[in-house]
Amino acid sequence: MPQADEIRSRIEAAIPGARAEVEDWTGGGDHFRATVTSPAFAGLSRIEQHRLVYRIFGEEIGGPIHALSLTTRSE
Amino acid sequence: MNDQPDNPVREAIAAAISEHDVILFMKGTPEAPACGFSARTVATLQALDAPFAAVDVLGDPRIRQELSAISQWPTIPQLFVHGELVGGCDIVTEMFESGELAGLLGVEGRAVASETGDISGAGALQIENRL
Repeated sequence: MPQADEIRSRIEAAIPGARAEVEDWTGGGDHFRATVTSPAFAGLSRIEQHRLVYRIFGEEIGGPIHALSLTTRSE
Repeated sequence: MNDQPDNPVREAIAAAISEHDVILFMKGTPEAPACGFSARTVATLQALDAPFAAVDVLGDPRIRQELSAISQWPTIPQLFVHGELVGGCDIVTEMFESGELAGLLGVEGRAVASETGDISGAGALQIENRL
């Protein structure tokens, strides 16, 4: 079962300069909420920013990770 | 239709997206959402009195699979406006709060009689008929 810390470190490892805050929304290890800040988001639409994050997890989204709610910021 | 599409489900989804100005792919129906994120997105659209078509992805597992392949977006709900993916619950909520969603939907300061029920029925039916 994925943990908030694991999700945070995977996001920070995959996106250049990213800082992420991740919380387990329900305490059940499958609904997470993340705020991700990275200069890599600059100039991208919200959709593209969120896709960058979702792409890290691929098939896990909708599988072991039922939901990953995102807020992304470029600065 | 004479041409046999390679992937009828994907073609039906693409057609539904292009035929409806505002279309929401969700779990359950606007009247009975089957997921909190879908429920919140429906409530946001209804708060703006924005008419929208709705498709229940739980009706057939292929809908979700093909939709995500088209949209490159892994989760449900997914809101499309004028053929473009706007986002899921997070983005829709963020754009509602900033006022961008009302602008995008063309419902700023305008109360529209809610046609949601009728339109959503038609949207759901349309997909099913083509499967």
